[in-house]
Amino acid sequence: MDISILWYLVPSILLFACGVYGFITRKNMIAMLISLELMLNSADLNFVIFNRYLFPGSMEGMIFTLFAIAIAAAETAIAIALIINIYRAIGNTNVTDIKEMKF
Amino acid sequence: MDYSQFGTMLPELIVLGIFLVVFFMDTFGGEGVKKILTPCTAILFLLATVAIWLAPSASEGIFGGMYVNDTACKAMKCILNIGVFLVLLQSFKWADSEEMSVRKGEYYELLFATLFGMYLMISARHFLLFIIGLESASLPIAAMIAFDKYRYESHEAGIKYILTAVFSSAVLMMGLSFVYAFSMGSLYFSDLALAVAQGEMSGLLAIALAFVMAGIGFKLSLVPFHLWTADVYQGAPTPVTSYLSVISKGSAAFAFFIIFTQCFGQVYSDAWEWMLYALIILTITVGNLFALRQKNMKRFMAFSSVSQAGYIMLGVIAANALGLASLMFYIIVYVVSNLGAFAVIQTIEDNTGKLNMDDYNGLHKTNPWLSVAMTLAMFSLAGIPPFAGFFSKILIFTSVCSTNSMALYMLVLIALINTVISLYYYLCVVKAMWISNEEPIIGEFKSTCVAKIGLGLCIIGIVFFGLVSPIYEWLVNSVELSMWQPLALLGL
Repeated sequence: MDISILWYLVPSILLFACGVYGFITRKNMIAMLISLELMLNSADLNFVIFNRYLFPGSMEGMIFTLFAIAIAAAETAIAIALIINIYRAIGNTNVTDIKEMKF
Repeated sequence: MDYSQFGTMLPELIVLGIFLVVFFMDTFGGEGVKKILTPCTAILFLLATVAIWLAPSASEGIFGGMYVNDTACKAMKCILNIGVFLVLLQSFKWADSEEMSVRKGEYYELLFATLFGMYLMISARHFLLFIIGLESASLPIAAMIAFDKYRYESHEAGIKYILTAVFSSAVLMMGLSFVYAFSMGSLYFSDLALAVAQGEMSGLLAIALAFVMAGIGFKLSLVPFHLWTADVYQGAPTPVTSYLSVISKGSAAFAFFIIFTQCFGQVYSDAWEWMLYALIILTITVGNLFALRQKNMKRFMAFSSVSQAGYIMLGVIAANALGLASLMFYIIVYVVSNLGAFAVIQTIEDNTGKLNMDDYNGLHKTNPWLSVAMTLAMFSLAGIPPFAGFFSKILIFTSVCSTNSMALYMLVLIALINTVISLYYYLCVVKAMWISNEEPIIGEFKSTCVAKIGLGLCIIGIVFFGLVSPIYEWLVNSVELSMWQPLALLGL
Protein backbone atom coordinates (compact mmCIF):
# COMPACT_ATOMS: atom_id res chain seq x y z
CA MET A 1 0.00 0.00 0.00
CA ASP A 2 1.25 3.41 -0.89
CA ILE A 3 1.36 5.70 2.11
CA SER A 4 0.74 9.26 1.05
CA ILE A 5 1.45 12.46 2.94
CA LEU A 6 -2.12 12.59 4.24
CA TRP A 7 -1.55 9.51 6.40
CA TYR A 8 0.85 11.60 8.42
CA LEU A 9 -0.74 15.03 8.15
CA VAL A 10 -4.15 14.06 9.48
CA PRO A 11 -2.83 12.57 12.75
CA SER A 12 -0.63 15.61 13.16
CA ILE A 13 -3.58 17.99 12.82
CA LEU A 14 -5.60 15.78 15.18
CA LEU A 15 -2.77 15.98 17.68
CA PHE A 16 -2.87 19.76 17.46
CA ALA A 17 -6.64 19.81 17.93
CA CYS A 18 -6.34 17.50 20.96
CA GLY A 19 -3.76 19.86 22.41
CA VAL A 20 -5.96 22.92 21.99
CA TYR A 21 -8.96 21.06 23.40
CA GLY A 22 -6.97 19.83 26.39
CA PHE A 23 -5.50 23.26 27.06
CA ILE A 24 -8.94 24.81 27.18
CA THR A 25 -10.78 22.14 29.15
CA ARG A 26 -8.24 20.78 31.63
CA LYS A 27 -8.18 22.22 35.14
CA ASN A 28 -4.85 20.84 36.29
CA MET A 29 -1.89 22.94 35.21
CA ILE A 30 0.32 19.90 34.59
CA ALA A 31 -2.35 18.52 32.26
CA MET A 32 -2.46 21.88 30.49
CA LEU A 33 1.29 21.70 30.07
CA ILE A 34 0.99 18.21 28.57
CA SER A 35 -1.58 19.57 26.12
CA LEU A 36 0.84 22.32 25.15
CA GLU A 37 3.48 19.68 24.50
CA LEU A 38 1.05 17.90 22.18
CA MET A 39 0.61 21.11 20.22
CA LEU A 40 4.35 21.72 19.96
CA ASN A 41 4.93 18.10 18.92
CA SER A 42 2.33 18.31 16.19
CA ALA A 43 4.13 21.35 14.78
CA ASP A 44 7.41 19.40 14.87
CA LEU A 45 5.75 16.44 13.20
CA ASN A 46 4.45 18.74 10.47
CA PHE A 47 7.93 20.04 9.79
CA VAL A 48 9.34 16.55 9.48
CA ILE A 49 6.52 15.37 7.24
CA PHE A 50 6.79 18.32 4.90
CA ASN A 51 10.53 17.92 4.72
CA ARG A 52 10.35 14.21 4.00
CA TYR A 53 7.61 14.36 1.40
CA LEU A 54 7.90 17.75 -0.28
CA PHE A 55 11.60 18.62 -0.07
CA PRO A 56 13.50 15.33 0.34
CA GLY A 57 16.69 16.96 -0.94
CA SER A 58 17.14 19.40 1.94
CA MET A 59 17.29 19.09 5.71
CA GLU A 60 15.88 22.43 6.80
CA GLY A 61 12.69 21.08 8.40
CA MET A 62 14.57 18.39 10.34
CA ILE A 63 17.03 20.91 11.73
CA PHE A 64 14.17 23.21 12.68
CA THR A 65 12.53 20.32 14.51
CA LEU A 66 15.67 19.62 16.52
CA PHE A 67 15.79 23.22 17.67
CA ALA A 68 12.05 23.28 18.34
CA ILE A 69 12.36 20.23 20.60
CA ALA A 70 15.11 21.91 22.60
CA ILE A 71 13.03 25.07 22.91
CA ALA A 72 10.00 23.05 24.02
CA ALA A 73 12.12 21.43 26.73
CA ALA A 74 13.21 24.86 27.99
CA GLU A 75 9.61 26.04 28.03
CA THR A 76 8.52 23.00 30.02
CA ALA A 77 11.32 23.48 32.54
CA ILE A 78 10.31 27.06 33.27
CA ALA A 79 6.61 26.24 33.35
CA ILE A 80 7.19 23.37 35.81
CA ALA A 81 9.26 25.65 38.05
CA LEU A 82 6.46 28.21 38.10
CA ILE A 83 3.85 25.52 38.78
CA ILE A 84 5.90 24.38 41.77
CA ASN A 85 5.91 27.98 43.00
CA ILE A 86 2.13 28.12 42.70
CA TYR A 87 1.83 24.76 44.47
CA ARG A 88 3.84 26.09 47.39
CA ALA A 89 1.67 29.20 47.53
CA ILE A 90 -1.83 27.71 47.35
CA GLY A 91 -1.36 23.99 47.96
CA ASN A 92 -2.66 22.67 44.64
CA THR A 93 -2.18 23.09 40.91
CA ASN A 94 -5.76 23.80 40.01
CA VAL A 95 -6.01 26.51 37.39
CA THR A 96 -9.41 27.63 38.67
CA ASP A 97 -7.79 28.54 41.98
CA ILE A 98 -5.46 31.18 40.60
CA LYS A 99 -7.99 33.95 40.35
CA GLU A 100 -6.64 36.75 42.49
CA MET A 101 -6.38 39.10 39.53
CA LYS A 102 -9.15 39.34 36.98
CA PHE A 103 -10.97 41.79 34.74
CA MET B 1 34.60 28.90 8.58
CA ASP B 2 35.09 32.61 8.39
CA TYR B 3 35.11 33.91 11.94
CA SER B 4 35.30 37.53 10.84
CA GLN B 5 31.55 37.30 10.24
CA PHE B 6 31.02 37.57 13.96
CA GLY B 7 32.27 41.15 13.75
CA THR B 8 28.96 42.08 12.18
CA MET B 9 27.13 40.74 15.23
CA LEU B 10 28.74 43.36 17.43
CA PRO B 11 25.53 44.49 19.23
CA GLU B 12 24.69 40.92 20.24
CA LEU B 13 28.26 40.22 21.30
CA ILE B 14 28.32 43.38 23.42
CA VAL B 15 25.10 42.43 25.21
CA LEU B 16 26.47 38.92 25.71
CA GLY B 17 29.66 40.49 27.11
CA ILE B 18 27.72 42.54 29.64
CA PHE B 19 25.77 39.42 30.56
CA LEU B 20 29.03 37.57 31.28
CA VAL B 21 30.51 40.47 33.25
CA VAL B 22 27.40 40.69 35.44
CA PHE B 23 27.35 36.93 35.83
CA PHE B 24 30.98 36.75 37.00
CA MET B 25 30.63 39.76 39.27
CA ASP B 26 27.53 38.23 40.80
CA THR B 27 28.92 34.73 41.20
CA PHE B 28 32.52 35.31 42.22
CA GLY B 29 32.48 38.88 43.54
CA GLY B 30 32.51 39.52 47.27
CA GLU B 31 30.19 41.71 49.31
CA GLY B 32 31.82 44.88 48.03
CA VAL B 33 31.36 43.90 44.41
CA LYS B 34 27.71 43.01 44.97
CA LYS B 35 27.10 46.45 46.44
CA ILE B 36 28.26 48.23 43.32
CA LEU B 37 26.63 45.74 40.95
CA THR B 38 23.58 47.91 40.25
CA PRO B 39 25.37 51.15 39.27
CA CYS B 40 28.07 49.16 37.45
CA THR B 41 25.47 47.45 35.26
CA ALA B 42 23.83 50.75 34.38
CA ILE B 43 27.14 52.41 33.50
CA LEU B 44 28.32 49.40 31.50
CA PHE B 45 25.08 49.36 29.61
CA LEU B 46 25.32 53.08 28.87
CA LEU B 47 28.81 52.51 27.42
CA ALA B 48 27.46 49.57 25.43
CA THR B 49 24.70 51.74 24.01
CA VAL B 50 27.26 54.28 22.83
CA ALA B 51 29.37 51.47 21.35
CA ILE B 52 26.41 49.98 19.49
CA TRP B 53 25.54 53.46 18.26
CA LEU B 54 29.06 54.02 16.93
CA ALA B 55 29.58 50.55 15.53
CA PRO B 56 29.25 50.39 11.75
CA SER B 57 26.23 48.70 10.32
CA ALA B 58 26.88 46.02 7.74
CA SER B 59 25.53 46.30 4.25
CA GLU B 60 25.42 42.53 3.81
CA GLY B 61 23.91 39.63 5.66
CA ILE B 62 26.12 37.05 7.34
CA PHE B 63 25.82 33.29 7.86
CA GLY B 64 24.38 32.95 4.39
CA GLY B 65 21.98 35.82 4.94
CA MET B 66 20.46 34.44 8.15
CA TYR B 67 21.45 37.52 10.07
CA VAL B 68 21.61 41.13 8.93
CA ASN B 69 22.57 44.20 10.87
CA ASP B 70 21.63 46.98 8.49
CA THR B 71 20.97 50.61 9.38
CA ALA B 72 17.31 50.07 10.26
CA CYS B 73 18.12 47.15 12.58
CA LYS B 74 20.87 49.18 14.19
CA ALA B 75 18.55 52.16 14.73
CA MET B 76 15.95 49.86 16.27
CA LYS B 77 18.55 48.36 18.62
CA CYS B 78 19.60 51.84 19.70
CA ILE B 79 15.96 52.70 20.46
CA LEU B 80 15.59 49.54 22.54
CA ASN B 81 18.82 50.37 24.34
CA ILE B 82 17.52 53.78 25.36
CA GLY B 83 14.49 52.06 26.82
CA VAL B 84 16.51 49.40 28.63
CA PHE B 85 18.79 52.07 30.11
CA LEU B 86 15.77 53.93 31.48
CA VAL B 87 14.40 50.68 32.91
CA LEU B 88 17.77 50.00 34.58
CA LEU B 89 17.66 53.46 36.18
CA GLN B 90 14.11 52.81 37.38
CA SER B 91 14.93 49.48 38.94
CA PHE B 92 17.77 50.82 41.14
CA LYS B 93 15.77 51.07 44.32
CA TRP B 94 13.91 47.81 43.81
CA ALA B 95 17.11 45.92 42.94
CA ASP B 96 18.94 47.31 45.96
CA SER B 97 16.15 46.44 48.39
CA GLU B 98 16.75 44.00 51.24
CA GLU B 99 14.71 41.19 49.72
CA MET B 100 16.54 41.40 46.39
CA SER B 101 20.07 41.57 47.81
CA VAL B 102 21.08 38.03 46.86
CA ARG B 103 19.10 37.86 43.64
CA LYS B 104 19.66 41.14 41.86
CA GLY B 105 22.44 39.68 39.72
CA GLU B 106 20.01 37.12 38.36
CA TYR B 107 17.56 39.86 37.51
CA TYR B 108 20.15 41.63 35.35
CA GLU B 109 21.28 38.38 33.76
CA LEU B 110 17.74 37.48 32.76
CA LEU B 111 17.19 40.99 31.49
CA PHE B 112 20.24 40.88 29.22
CA ALA B 113 19.36 37.38 28.03
CA THR B 114 15.97 38.64 26.87
CA LEU B 115 17.55 41.69 25.27
CA PHE B 116 19.87 39.36 23.37
CA GLY B 117 16.85 37.43 22.15
CA MET B 118 15.14 40.60 21.01
CA TYR B 119 18.23 41.68 19.07
CA LEU B 120 18.15 38.33 17.29
CA MET B 121 14.45 38.75 16.56
CA ILE B 122 15.13 42.11 14.96
CA SER B 123 18.11 40.96 12.92
CA ALA B 124 16.89 37.51 11.94
CA ARG B 125 16.23 36.89 8.27
CA HIS B 126 15.59 33.19 8.67
CA PHE B 127 12.70 31.69 10.59
CA LEU B 128 14.87 29.35 12.66
CA LEU B 129 16.92 32.24 14.00
CA PHE B 130 13.74 34.22 14.50
CA ILE B 131 12.15 31.46 16.60
CA ILE B 132 15.29 31.14 18.72
CA GLY B 133 15.30 34.89 19.26
CA LEU B 134 11.61 34.97 20.07
CA GLU B 135 11.88 32.17 22.61
CA SER B 136 14.99 33.48 24.29
CA ALA B 137 13.21 36.82 24.49
CA SER B 138 10.03 35.46 26.00
CA LEU B 139 11.10 32.59 28.29
CA PRO B 140 13.39 34.50 30.70
CA ILE B 141 10.68 37.14 30.99
CA ALA B 142 8.47 34.52 32.68
CA ALA B 143 11.14 34.10 35.35
CA MET B 144 11.44 37.88 35.68
CA ILE B 145 7.68 38.23 36.15
CA ALA B 146 7.69 35.67 38.94
CA PHE B 147 10.67 37.37 40.57
CA ASP B 148 8.94 38.71 43.69
CA LYS B 149 9.23 35.46 45.58
CA TYR B 150 7.13 36.48 48.55
CA ARG B 151 4.25 38.09 46.67
CA TYR B 152 1.51 35.76 45.46
CA GLU B 153 0.41 37.94 42.53
CA SER B 154 3.87 37.65 41.02
CA HIS B 155 3.60 33.84 40.81
CA GLU B 156 0.11 34.04 39.42
CA ALA B 157 1.23 36.47 36.72
CA GLY B 158 4.23 34.25 35.92
CA ILE B 159 2.17 31.10 35.39
CA LYS B 160 -0.41 32.96 33.32
CA TYR B 161 2.34 34.39 31.17
CA ILE B 162 4.23 31.15 30.58
CA LEU B 163 1.13 29.11 29.70
CA THR B 164 -0.14 31.67 27.20
CA ALA B 165 3.37 32.23 25.84
CA VAL B 166 3.89 28.54 25.14
CA PHE B 167 0.42 28.29 23.64
CA SER B 168 1.15 31.16 21.29
CA SER B 169 4.55 29.85 20.31
CA ALA B 170 2.97 26.47 19.53
CA VAL B 171 0.47 28.23 17.30
CA LEU B 172 3.29 30.20 15.69
CA MET B 173 5.31 27.05 14.99
CA MET B 174 2.25 25.36 13.51
CA GLY B 175 1.84 28.37 11.23
CA LEU B 176 5.51 28.23 10.30
CA SER B 177 5.21 24.57 9.39
CA PHE B 178 2.52 25.49 6.86
CA VAL B 179 4.69 28.35 5.63
CA TYR B 180 7.47 25.79 5.21
CA ALA B 181 5.21 23.60 3.11
CA PHE B 182 4.74 26.59 0.88
CA SER B 183 8.34 27.67 0.73
CA MET B 184 10.18 25.38 -1.72
CA GLY B 185 12.12 23.99 1.22
CA SER B 186 13.82 27.07 2.55
CA LEU B 187 12.96 29.23 5.52
CA TYR B 188 15.02 32.26 4.48
CA PHE B 189 12.86 35.36 4.31
CA SER B 190 14.13 36.18 0.82
CA ASP B 191 13.52 32.68 -0.59
CA LEU B 192 10.11 32.67 1.00
CA ALA B 193 9.26 36.00 -0.63
CA LEU B 194 10.16 34.51 -4.00
CA ALA B 195 8.10 31.38 -3.33
CA VAL B 196 5.13 33.46 -2.28
CA ALA B 197 5.49 35.65 -5.37
CA GLN B 198 5.60 32.65 -7.71
CA GLY B 199 2.94 30.58 -5.97
CA GLU B 200 -0.78 30.94 -6.10
CA MET B 201 -2.71 32.52 -3.28
CA SER B 202 -4.28 29.59 -1.47
CA GLY B 203 -6.22 28.72 1.63
CA LEU B 204 -3.13 27.07 3.06
CA LEU B 205 -1.19 30.29 2.88
CA ALA B 206 -4.04 32.25 4.46
CA ILE B 207 -4.20 29.80 7.38
CA ALA B 208 -0.44 29.91 7.77
CA LEU B 209 -0.51 33.71 7.82
CA ALA B 210 -3.30 33.80 10.39
CA PHE B 211 -1.33 31.43 12.65
CA VAL B 212 1.87 33.44 12.33
CA MET B 213 0.00 36.67 12.97
CA ALA B 214 -1.60 35.18 16.07
CA GLY B 215 1.76 33.98 17.36
CA ILE B 216 3.50 37.33 17.03
CA GLY B 217 0.31 39.21 17.91
CA PHE B 218 0.50 37.56 21.30
CA LYS B 219 3.85 39.22 21.98
CA LEU B 220 2.36 42.55 20.95
CA SER B 221 -0.90 41.89 22.85
CA LEU B 222 -3.14 42.62 19.89
CA VAL B 223 -6.71 42.17 20.90
CA PRO B 224 -7.94 38.63 20.58
CA PHE B 225 -4.57 37.62 22.05
CA HIS B 226 -4.34 40.27 24.76
CA LEU B 227 -6.00 38.47 27.66
CA TRP B 228 -2.74 37.84 29.51
CA THR B 229 -1.66 41.48 29.40
CA ALA B 230 -3.58 43.06 32.27
CA ASP B 231 -2.98 40.24 34.76
CA VAL B 232 0.69 39.94 33.95
CA TYR B 233 1.30 43.69 34.07
CA GLN B 234 -0.44 43.93 37.42
CA GLY B 235 1.28 40.99 39.03
CA ALA B 236 4.82 41.53 37.77
CA PRO B 237 7.29 43.69 39.70
CA THR B 238 6.96 47.25 38.36
CA PRO B 239 10.40 47.44 36.63
CA VAL B 240 9.60 44.19 34.83
CA THR B 241 6.20 45.57 33.82
CA SER B 242 7.78 48.63 32.28
CA TYR B 243 10.34 46.44 30.52
CA LEU B 244 7.59 44.20 29.19
CA SER B 245 5.42 47.07 28.03
CA VAL B 246 7.97 48.92 25.92
CA ILE B 247 11.01 46.83 25.06
CA SER B 248 9.32 43.52 24.36
CA LYS B 249 6.52 45.23 22.46
CA GLY B 250 8.87 47.43 20.43
CA SER B 251 11.07 44.58 19.22
CA ALA B 252 8.06 42.43 18.36
CA ALA B 253 6.52 45.28 16.35
CA PHE B 254 9.70 45.69 14.31
CA ALA B 255 9.95 41.94 13.68
CA PHE B 256 6.28 41.85 12.73
CA PHE B 257 6.88 44.57 10.14
CA ILE B 258 9.91 42.84 8.64
CA ILE B 259 8.29 39.42 8.44
CA PHE B 260 5.04 40.57 6.95
CA THR B 261 6.41 43.03 4.43
CA GLN B 262 9.48 41.07 3.45
CA CYS B 263 8.09 37.54 3.26
CA PHE B 264 4.44 38.11 2.55
CA GLY B 265 4.48 41.52 0.89
CA GLN B 266 3.25 39.94 -2.31
CA VAL B 267 -0.04 38.81 -0.77
CA TYR B 268 -0.56 42.06 1.12
CA SER B 269 -3.98 42.91 -0.27
CA ASP B 270 -4.97 39.27 -0.83
CA ALA B 271 -4.39 37.94 2.61
CA TRP B 272 -3.13 39.92 5.49
CA GLU B 273 -4.25 43.49 4.97
CA TRP B 274 -7.79 42.62 6.05
CA MET B 275 -6.71 40.44 8.95
CA LEU B 276 -4.52 43.22 10.25
CA TYR B 277 -7.24 45.79 9.55
CA ALA B 278 -9.68 43.94 11.80
CA LEU B 279 -7.02 43.35 14.45
CA ILE B 280 -6.11 47.04 14.57
CA ILE B 281 -9.70 48.22 14.97
CA LEU B 282 -10.34 45.63 17.67
CA THR B 283 -7.06 46.37 19.45
CA ILE B 284 -7.49 50.12 19.61
CA THR B 285 -11.17 50.02 20.56
CA VAL B 286 -11.19 47.18 23.06
CA GLY B 287 -7.99 48.42 24.69
CA ASN B 288 -9.53 51.85 25.14
CA LEU B 289 -12.87 50.62 26.43
CA PHE B 290 -11.26 48.35 29.02
CA ALA B 291 -8.86 51.05 30.12
CA LEU B 292 -11.81 53.27 31.01
CA ARG B 293 -12.84 51.12 33.96
CA GLN B 294 -9.45 50.34 35.51
CA LYS B 295 -8.57 51.61 38.96
CA ASN B 296 -5.20 49.95 39.47
CA MET B 297 -2.53 52.02 37.74
CA LYS B 298 -0.60 49.03 36.39
CA ARG B 299 -3.75 47.46 34.94
CA PHE B 300 -4.63 50.84 33.53
CA MET B 301 -1.24 51.11 31.84
CA ALA B 302 -1.70 47.55 30.55
CA PHE B 303 -4.86 48.40 28.65
CA SER B 304 -3.40 51.70 27.55
CA SER B 305 -0.46 49.77 26.09
CA VAL B 306 -2.86 47.37 24.34
CA SER B 307 -4.45 50.30 22.59
CA GLN B 308 -1.04 51.85 21.82
CA ALA B 309 -0.05 48.55 20.18
CA GLY B 310 -2.92 49.11 17.77
CA TYR B 311 -1.47 52.49 16.82
CA ILE B 312 1.97 50.92 16.33
CA MET B 313 0.41 48.37 13.98
CA LEU B 314 -0.82 51.23 11.78
CA GLY B 315 2.78 51.51 10.61
CA VAL B 316 2.71 47.86 9.53
CA ILE B 317 -0.52 48.16 7.59
CA ALA B 318 0.99 51.09 5.68
CA ALA B 319 3.71 48.62 4.57
CA ASN B 320 6.08 51.16 3.02
CA ALA B 321 9.34 52.84 3.97
CA LEU B 322 7.54 55.74 5.63
CA GLY B 323 5.52 53.19 7.58
CA LEU B 324 8.68 51.61 9.01
CA ALA B 325 10.18 55.01 9.86
CA SER B 326 7.00 56.19 11.57
CA LEU B 327 6.68 52.88 13.40
CA MET B 328 10.18 53.35 14.78
CA PHE B 329 9.46 56.96 15.69
CA TYR B 330 6.24 55.89 17.40
CA ILE B 331 8.16 53.30 19.39
CA ILE B 332 10.85 55.74 20.53
CA VAL B 333 8.19 58.22 21.69
CA TYR B 334 6.19 55.42 23.29
CA VAL B 335 9.35 54.30 25.11
CA VAL B 336 9.92 57.67 26.77
CA SER B 337 6.24 58.41 27.50
CA ASN B 338 5.39 55.00 28.88
CA LEU B 339 8.60 54.74 30.88
CA GLY B 340 7.95 58.25 32.23
CA ALA B 341 4.56 57.11 33.50
CA PHE B 342 6.02 53.90 34.91
CA ALA B 343 8.85 55.81 36.59
CA VAL B 344 6.28 57.84 38.53
CA ILE B 345 4.25 54.73 39.37
CA GLN B 346 7.45 53.00 40.48
CA THR B 347 8.59 55.92 42.64
CA ILE B 348 5.23 56.17 44.40
CA GLU B 349 5.11 52.40 44.89
CA ASP B 350 8.66 52.33 46.28
CA ASN B 351 7.91 55.05 48.80
CA THR B 352 4.31 54.41 49.81
CA GLY B 353 3.30 51.05 48.31
CA LYS B 354 0.20 52.59 46.73
CA LEU B 355 -0.94 51.70 43.22
CA ASN B 356 -4.53 52.83 42.80
CA MET B 357 -5.65 55.82 40.83
CA ASP B 358 -7.61 57.14 43.84
CA ASP B 359 -4.40 57.20 45.85
CA TYR B 360 -3.08 59.84 43.48
CA ASN B 361 -5.74 62.35 44.59
CA GLY B 362 -4.20 65.70 45.41
CA LEU B 363 -0.68 64.54 44.56
CA HIS B 364 0.27 68.03 43.34
CA LYS B 365 0.14 69.41 46.87
CA THR B 366 2.77 67.10 48.23
CA ASN B 367 4.81 66.00 45.20
CA PRO B 368 4.43 68.65 42.49
CA TRP B 369 7.31 67.41 40.33
CA LEU B 370 6.04 63.85 40.16
CA SER B 371 2.64 65.23 39.19
CA VAL B 372 4.17 67.32 36.42
CA ALA B 373 6.08 64.33 35.07
CA MET B 374 3.00 62.09 35.14
CA THR B 375 0.93 64.80 33.46
CA LEU B 376 3.46 65.21 30.67
CA ALA B 377 3.61 61.43 30.14
CA MET B 378 -0.19 61.21 30.00
CA PHE B 379 -0.41 64.15 27.57
CA SER B 380 2.20 62.53 25.37
CA LEU B 381 0.44 59.13 25.40
CA ALA B 382 -2.86 60.83 24.56
CA GLY B 383 -1.24 62.86 21.78
CA ILE B 384 -1.74 66.44 22.95
CA PRO B 385 0.10 68.87 20.62
CA PRO B 386 3.33 70.25 21.93
CA PHE B 387 4.53 66.89 23.19
CA ALA B 388 6.17 64.04 21.29
CA GLY B 389 3.11 61.79 21.28
CA PHE B 390 1.32 64.22 19.00
CA PHE B 391 4.04 64.14 16.38
CA SER B 392 4.36 60.37 16.47
CA LYS B 393 0.61 60.00 15.93
CA ILE B 394 0.69 62.50 13.04
CA LEU B 395 3.57 60.68 11.40
CA ILE B 396 1.97 57.27 11.68
CA PHE B 397 -1.38 58.55 10.36
CA THR B 398 0.46 60.23 7.48
CA SER B 399 2.18 56.99 6.58
CA VAL B 400 -1.17 55.18 6.47
CA CYS B 401 -2.74 57.95 4.37
CA SER B 402 0.19 57.87 1.95
CA THR B 403 -1.14 54.55 0.61
CA ASN B 404 -4.12 56.42 -0.89
CA SER B 405 -6.58 53.67 -0.10
CA MET B 406 -10.12 54.56 0.94
CA ALA B 407 -10.34 51.69 3.43
CA LEU B 408 -7.19 52.86 5.16
CA TYR B 409 -8.55 56.42 5.39
CA MET B 410 -11.49 54.93 7.29
CA LEU B 411 -9.02 53.14 9.55
CA VAL B 412 -7.33 56.44 10.35
CA LEU B 413 -10.73 57.95 11.12
CA ILE B 414 -11.50 55.13 13.56
CA ALA B 415 -8.10 55.58 15.16
CA LEU B 416 -8.73 59.30 15.51
CA ILE B 417 -12.08 58.74 17.21
CA ASN B 418 -10.36 56.35 19.57
CA THR B 419 -7.73 58.96 20.35
CA VAL B 420 -10.53 61.12 21.74
CA ILE B 421 -11.78 58.25 23.90
CA SER B 422 -8.27 57.64 25.16
CA LEU B 423 -7.99 61.32 26.07
CA TYR B 424 -10.74 60.76 28.65
CA TYR B 425 -8.98 58.09 30.64
CA TYR B 426 -5.54 59.64 30.41
CA LEU B 427 -7.00 62.89 31.72
CA CYS B 428 -8.70 60.98 34.57
CA VAL B 429 -5.23 60.44 36.02
CA VAL B 430 -4.38 64.10 35.53
CA LYS B 431 -7.63 65.11 37.17
CA ALA B 432 -6.95 62.89 40.17
CA MET B 433 -3.56 64.53 40.65
CA TRP B 434 -4.46 68.17 40.10
CA ILE B 435 -8.19 68.65 40.82
CA SER B 436 -9.42 66.01 43.27
CA ASN B 437 -8.47 66.90 46.81
CA GLU B 438 -10.01 64.03 48.73
CA GLU B 439 -8.11 62.67 51.70
CA PRO B 440 -5.93 60.76 52.21
CA ILE B 441 -3.25 62.45 50.18
CA ILE B 442 0.07 60.68 49.72
CA GLY B 443 2.61 62.29 52.03
CA GLU B 444 5.61 64.20 50.86
CA PHE B 445 8.70 62.12 50.10
CA LYS B 446 12.07 62.56 48.46
CA SER B 447 12.84 60.25 45.60
CA THR B 448 16.36 58.99 45.05
CA CYS B 449 18.83 60.79 42.83
CA VAL B 450 18.83 58.00 40.24
CA ALA B 451 15.05 58.00 40.00
CA LYS B 452 15.20 61.74 39.39
CA ILE B 453 17.74 61.30 36.60
CA GLY B 454 15.59 58.62 34.96
CA LEU B 455 12.46 60.73 35.21
CA GLY B 456 14.33 63.79 33.94
CA LEU B 457 15.54 61.89 30.86
CA CYS B 458 11.98 60.76 30.14
CA ILE B 459 10.68 64.32 30.43
CA ILE B 460 13.40 65.63 28.13
CA GLY B 461 12.41 62.94 25.63
CA ILE B 462 8.70 63.73 25.89
CA VAL B 463 9.22 67.45 25.39
CA PHE B 464 11.94 67.46 22.74
CA PHE B 465 11.66 64.28 20.63
CA GLY B 466 8.83 65.74 18.60
CA LEU B 467 10.59 69.04 18.00
CA VAL B 468 14.08 67.85 17.12
CA SER B 469 14.26 67.19 13.41
CA PRO B 470 17.54 65.16 13.42
CA ILE B 471 15.59 62.27 14.92
CA TYR B 472 13.24 62.15 11.96
CA GLU B 473 16.15 62.46 9.55
CA TRP B 474 18.05 59.73 11.35
CA LEU B 475 15.12 57.31 11.20
CA VAL B 476 14.13 58.06 7.60
CA ASN B 477 17.76 57.81 6.48
CA SER B 478 18.36 54.57 8.31
CA VAL B 479 15.25 53.04 6.78
CA GLU B 480 16.18 54.19 3.29
CA LEU B 481 19.77 53.00 3.59
CA SER B 482 18.77 49.66 5.00
CA MET B 483 18.61 46.42 3.09
CA TRP B 484 14.91 46.25 3.71
CA GLN B 485 13.56 46.07 0.20
CA PRO B 486 10.37 47.98 -0.44
CA LEU B 487 7.51 46.23 -2.11
CA ALA B 488 8.82 47.44 -5.47
CA LEU B 489 11.12 44.42 -5.47
CA LEU B 490 8.14 42.15 -5.48
CA GLY B 491 6.44 43.98 -8.29
CA LEU B 492 4.04 46.04 -6.22
